[in-house]
This record gives sequence, C-alpha cells and structure tokens, in this order.
Amino acid sequence: MAKIKLSDKKLQELKDVCKSFNNEKGELINVLHKAQSIFGYLPAEVQEVIAKELNASVAHVYGVVTFYSFFTMIPKGQHPISICLGTACYVRGAEKVLEEFRRQLKIQVGETTADGKFSLSCLRCVGACGLAPVVMVGEKVYGRVSPDGVQDILSEYNN
Amino acid sequence: MAKQIRIALRNCGVIDPERIEDYIARDGYMALASVLTDLSPEAVIEILKKSGLRGRGGGGFPAGIKWEITRNVVADQKYVVCNADEGDPGAFMDRSILEGDPHVVLEAMTINGYCTGASRGLIYIRAEYPLAVERLKTAMGQSRSMGLLGENILGTGFNFDIDIRYGAGAFVCGEETALIHSMEGLRGEPTVKPPFPSVEGYLKKPTNVNNVETFANIPIIINKGWKWFSSIGTEKSKGTKVFALAGKINNVGLIEVPMGTTLREVIYEIGGGIQYGKAFKAAQTGGPSGGCLTVKHLDTPIDYDNLIAAGSMMGSGGLIVMDEDDCMVAIAKFYLEFTVEESCGKCSPCRIGNKRLFELLEKITQGNGTMDDIDKLRNLGTVIKETSLCGLGQSSPNPVLSTIDNFPEEYHEHVTGKKCRSKVCKSLMQYLVVADKCIGCTLCARNCPVDAISGERKQVHFIDQSKCIKCGACMDKCKFNAIIIN
Ligand SMILES: Cc1cc2nc3c(=O)[nH]c(=O)nc-3n(C[C@H](O)[C@H](O)[C@H](O)COP(=O)(O)O)c2cc1C
Ligand code: SF4
Ligand code: SF4
Repeated sequence: MAKIKLSDKKLQELKDVCKSFNNEKGELINVLHKAQSIFGYLPAEVQEVIAKELNASVAHVYGVVTFYSFFTMIPKGQHPISICLGTACYVRGAEKVLEEFRRQLKIQVGETTADGKFSLSCLRCVGACGLAPVVMVGEKVYGRVSPDGVQDILSEYNN
Repeated sequence: MAKQIRIALRNCGVIDPERIEDYIARDGYMALASVLTDLSPEAVIEILKKSGLRGRGGGGFPAGIKWEITRNVVADQKYVVCNADEGDPGAFMDRSILEGDPHVVLEAMTINGYCTGASRGLIYIRAEYPLAVERLKTAMGQSRSMGLLGENILGTGFNFDIDIRYGAGAFVCGEETALIHSMEGLRGEPTVKPPFPSVEGYLKKPTNVNNVETFANIPIIINKGWKWFSSIGTEKSKGTKVFALAGKINNVGLIEVPMGTTLREVIYEIGGGIQYGKAFKAAQTGGPSGGCLTVKHLDTPIDYDNLIAAGSMMGSGGLIVMDEDDCMVAIAKFYLEFTVEESCGKCSPCRIGNKRLFELLEKITQGNGTMDDIDKLRNLGTVIKETSLCGLGQSSPNPVLSTIDNFPEEYHEHVTGKKCRSKVCKSLMQYLVVADKCIGCTLCARNCPVDAISGERKQVHFIDQSKCIKCGACMDKCKFNAIIIN
C-alpha cells in the first residue's frame, strides 16, 4: 500500500483526541469515530498512530475498524450518497433507485467516482421510513425518491 | 386514534424535549423522587414484577426479574446499560423516544441504578442518531444542574451518572453481550450466555441491560401503580407496544397499541388499509429475526407468545406490511442478505449456513431451483437455529422458514413453474411488446439502456430477450401500455 503522509496538524489533532480519552484502549471506538471525522476515513497510517497511542496492537485496531461498517478505509467522495436499503425502503423500490445511481455514476457500492465527487454506499434504515425510499447526500435527506428523480438529485451537485 | 394508548410515547411530540421544565410539568422525575425517598429497592422491584412489564428490545424477559438478579449479585461496581442500538431495519421507536422524551430514559436508568446498586449508567446508541445524542446530552446537563443526576441526587446521598457510548454500524451489537464488548472497545462479537450480563457484563461487572422503550415504561408504572399497568394488555403480555408501521400501508409511522390488539385493527383501522386498495399479503414483525403473519393471523391478538406461536416474534417493533406485489421468496432473500452481511462470523452455522441459505434462495429466484432445494432450506434453517451461538443466528432462518410455511405455493411456482406471480424476480420475467398496442413511437427503444429494442418508426417493436436486463424502463416510458411482463 502506498504510504500516505499525514499532515502534522492533523496528526497532532489525532494525538490530542487519544489523550482526551486518557489513551485508554477501551475507548478505541470513540477514538476511531473522532479520527474518522478528522481524516474522513481511516487509512492504515492513522490506525498505526492510534495503536501506538493507545498501546494496542495494529492488528487489534484493524480488527475493530474492519468489524464495524461505519468505519471506512476508503476516502469518501465530496458528496457521499447513501441509499437506504432498510425494509421499508426496499419494499418501496429502493433497489431500483440504487441501480440508477450506479448506472449514472458508473461506480459500485463502496466506490468513489474518479473525480472524487461522489461516493456510493448503502444504509440500513435512517429512521425515516415514512419517506421511503430515502436517499442521503451528505447530511441532506431526500424522500420518496424514484429512479426518475436521480438525475435531478445529482445535478444539484454537478456544477 | 381510538385504539391507541400512549404510555411509552406519552410525552413524544407533546413536550419540548429540550426543556426539563416541560418534562417535570408532566410528572417527570416524580417517580425518581418517590423511589429515592419512600421506597426500598426491593419494593420498587416488587412493583415491576407485579406490573408484568417485559423487555421491549425483543426477548421479552420480565424486567423486574432482571433487576432483581442484578441486585442480588454482590459486586463492588455495577452498571446500568440502555440499549439504544435499534438495528432492526424499519424500526425507529427508540429513536423517537430518545429524541422526543430523553429525560424519561435518564430517570428510569437512575431508578434502575438505585434498585440494582449501580452508580454508573451507559447509553449505547447508534452513530446514525446524531439528534438523539444531542438531545440526550442536553437533557443530562439539565438534570445534573438540577441535582437529578450525578452526586447526591435530590439530597438523598444517592450517586448515579450516565455516559454515552457510540455504536459503529453493526447490527449484532444490539445483542447484549456483543454490545458490552463493543463498549469495551472490542469487536462486537457475542459470547455464550450464561454468564448473563446481569451477573457478568461490562468490565466483568454485573450489568443490567434494558431497551429504551422498556425504560420509558418504568416511571409511569411507579407513578400510576402496577395495578393500572397490568390492567392493560393480555394475560402474559402487559402494557402497550410501540410499532413502526411501514411498507404498503396508507398511514405509515409510529403507533402505540395495547398488547393483544389484532393485526387487522393495526392495519385497517390504525394504518388506514393497504395502499391503492391492493390486497394484504403479509406483515413482517421482528425484522430479520422474525417471520411473516398472513391473512390467517389477522385476528390473532398480538403479544409475545402468540407471535412466537405464529413462527415470528415481537422483536423491537418493526411492522412491515406487504401486499400482492411483494414476492415472498424475494422478501426472504432480502432478509437473508441482511443476515449474511451482519453475521459477525464467530460461529460457523451462522457464518456459513446463512450464506448457503442465501445462495439457495438466489438459485430459486433465478429460476434454477428444484423441489429438493426447498427441503434443503428447511433442514439447514432448522440446524442454524439450533446450533448458532447468539440470537442473531438462532433467529435468522425465521424469515425463510415462515415464508415456506405460509406461502409454499409461491416457492413451488418459482421452482416448478419458473414463475414469480408478483413479478418481482427478474430472471423469471420477460418484457414483451404487445403487437396490436404498439404504434411504433420508438420511445421505448430510445430509453432502453442496453439497446435491446429494435423496430422502425411506426412499426411494431421487438425486445431481444438475450440483451434485455429487465430494468423496466421501456414499460415505464410506453404511453400506450404496449409493453407487458410475462
Ligand atoms: C441480533 C440481535 C440484535 C438485537 N438488537 C437489539 C436492539 O437493537 N435493541 C435492543 O434493545 N435489543 C436488541 N436485542 C436484544 C438484546 O440482546 C437484549 O435482550 C435487550 O437489550 C434487553 O433489554 P430488554 O429486556 O429491556 O428488552 C438484540 C438481540 C439480538 C440477538
Ligand atoms: S450466531 Fe452469527 S452473529 Fe451470533 S455469534 Fe454466531 S456468527 Fe456471530
Ligand atoms: S426492460 Fe429495460 S433492458 Fe429490457 S427491453 Fe425494456 S428497457 Fe430494454
């Protein structure tokens, strides 16, 4: 894996986060949450720093990162698109909406477009089942999305 | 609505969740005050036992007995945990309580601490619920500053404080032993019970784990008495249950009904019936761990025991309604896909068995199934249930087994007739142009993403089945209903 150079500023921020949790191994998940909000994802380099700070093995940190779907080792797009595939959304046609996003963006779930603009992921229920099917772009929620509406959503971000 | 009673949701949407004064004005913290000043822990536990309150997180274990077990273990430190992981896709009851009435959870956890002898509480909440987290933090700050949380609560010398822990997107972490490991900063893998968390839980100390909705029932039971509570519901399931109604129903959203309400009342009276006047086919309760209820269950009173007898379970309260357009084989496959993804992989029946179940279902929905495969599904499903380590694997075959039991004819049609009556399973469908309706407008051909449609302007078009990916675009676009599914 190509080595990434972490900026000194962010590195310091990360160390401060670990310290704020008393460098306790038991706080690993809280630390990972903060780390992901600093870097946007959790590359191997970040995991190594955390392992060192919390006095844990890198394997342990990696084991935890890969266990939880919230943590990612791939950078998200500028506008991360999440499609809810919870039961309510599924029953109301979320799969077709997902297909349309895949088709238009030419990427698979878990991937990011070449220009870094969009990434695609699936969610399990955001708790807005009344609006099914639901799509989130960043923090913004779109309800009752149909395949026809996909183009419109994308064009909001495409200039 | 007439059939509904609001107990767990009584404050949701009624009070401003960011103002403790609103909560107090509706008898908030009154139960805590009376518990701390007038009642012994044993007396409170007795009230709960008599009330008949059972856990709302899925298992239905009697709350009073759990509190008593935790109380009776001798230890220097104990913990109270609120399970706010709410992983069942399609359920959002706990979220509504946390966002709409955060203090009720804090009050109940504190009462639990007093009864079990714990001085620390932890709320394990999914990372996808940022607003609920904010509301909880606001509420905790307010109750601390009013002496209702923290040191020397209400001047009684009782200490109890609460922290928040975040989930990170793993369904299995809703299972209590996995949840505890996750709070310890580990992979959220379940461990064998016993020991139960009440005996050996967080950091190996006795830990009382209850669900959000379970907690939301506690203060009002203490205020209004166990007799009042136990007068609601059925013989063995007392009180109410909150359901998240979703799917093909007119009124989606949260409802709270007394235990013993029938599915018919829920769907047709409260839910306003099936969308577009279509026919009801099934309702899934218990999410990926549950099974489906059908027309023959419409008049069965919904409670813990009846749902289990019907091959499903209460679960946390997701209730997904399906109509004639839903294919039950595809639904079973959908849930299995979820399970396969969420199995933690620790034990082989669940890790490998569910994958095999999924593959068998895939084979059937693609039109390659045999009758033998249906037997295999049944046998393998039974083995997985009996041999898995935790509740996830022990319940994951339920959607398959219950759809086979309730809709055998649909499985048979897929296998022998290579037909999907609900027109969901793509491999079993053919899009065809009806010659006498097609006017040759070319609209379908222009919209087909794979150029599967040929035909000259003003001539009947033709779909090349070997190219068609069954996306349905042509049918959606055709203004003359000239494209049908066979
Ligand atoms: C796979 C699995 C997922 C679960 N998810 C949840 C959940 O999201 N929320 C919950 O409260 N209980 C969940 N439970 C049940 C918990 O293990 C536990 O029984 C419950 O939190 C106890 O609280 P209660 O007695 O108040 O229901 C789950 C169980 C299993 C096996
Ligand atoms: S049953 Fe499944 S989720 Fe539970 S421990 Fe086994 S592999 Fe993990
Ligand atoms: S269903 Fe889709 S792929 Fe098939 S003919 Fe119609 S538009 Fe083309």
